[in-house]
Amino acid sequence: MKTLAELEAIRDKAREKMNIRNNNSEAIRVVVGMATCGIAAGARPVLNAFAEEVAKRRLENVVVNQTGCIGMCQFEPIVEVLVPGHEKVTYAKVTPDKVARIVVDHIVNGNPVMEYTIGHIMK
Amino acid sequence: MRELSLYILDIAQNSLAAGACEIKISVVEDTNNDRLTIKIADNGSGMTQTQKRQAADPFYTTRTTRKVGLGIPLLRMAAEQTGGRVEIISKPGKGTTLTAEFVRSHIDCLPLGDVVSTLMVLIRTRPDVDIYYKRVLDSRSYVVDTRKFKEILGDVPLNNPDVSVWVESYLREHEIQLAGH
Repeated sequence: MKTLAELEAIRDKAREKMNIRNNNSEAIRVVVGMATCGIAAGARPVLNAFAEEVAKRRLENVVVNQTGCIGMCQFEPIVEVLVPGHEKVTYAKVTPDKVARIVVDHIVNGNPVMEYTIGHIMK
Repeated sequence: MRELSLYILDIAQNSLAAGACEIKISVVEDTNNDRLTIKIADNGSGMTQTQKRQAADPFYTTRTTRKVGLGIPLLRMAAEQTGGRVEIISKPGKGTTLTAEFVRSHIDCLPLGDVVSTLMVLIRTRPDVDIYYKRVLDSRSYVVDTRKFKEILGDVPLNNPDVSVWVESYLREHEIQLAGH
């Protein structure tokens, strides 16, 4: 069974890391639409998949967040990736199996996955 | 929506939009009375009588990005098609409590689904909000209160990736234990 003592150990390790990390770099933001339309289209596993992938790859400067409906319900689940200094990239009809590639290609290596973007899917 | 746990997430989004800093969720299954009851209580801005009436109307929404608001009407339909019901108690400035009752054995009753995934979305994206979760299955039950985690964590955020991974397995263990035996 998981115990609260384990949580204390995780806290202590996290504190060490917080101390050595430089806070100069602005975070990359992943924003998942989580209104009724997004949830019904499958946004919940997509958001959790992003968070798990970021944790697995130990990406320290990535924040996974949620937003409401942006008015393009037919393209949900919609995910926006905001890299500081770059234009926002909007992905449409995202599924959990697309997440790893977006994280590796776009977030880690800086190359947006064009075929998953809303502009490409609307065509 | 295919799972009741997705409705829980949807209704909790209303609580967040209402500025709640505490959301209490309970899922109670009573097999003797053949009922599954979901309760979501928040301390958000609450609703007036008029707003409460409007919330039941699919063609009413406070958002500006689209013209329909389906959250509560969809949940009401899901409950009523099993012979259950939805009740909303709300006071401006105090908060809102929504109770949805389902008849478990009805053929149209959706499965509860993955409540842990719903809780993880809330914990990961809104670590500032306190989540209290109570799960009851007949005589067995458990409670998870994120305030307890935060007391231990101190300055380490609840949505720290390693912390979130631990919280998820903690929740899943409890869920498996409850379902087991």
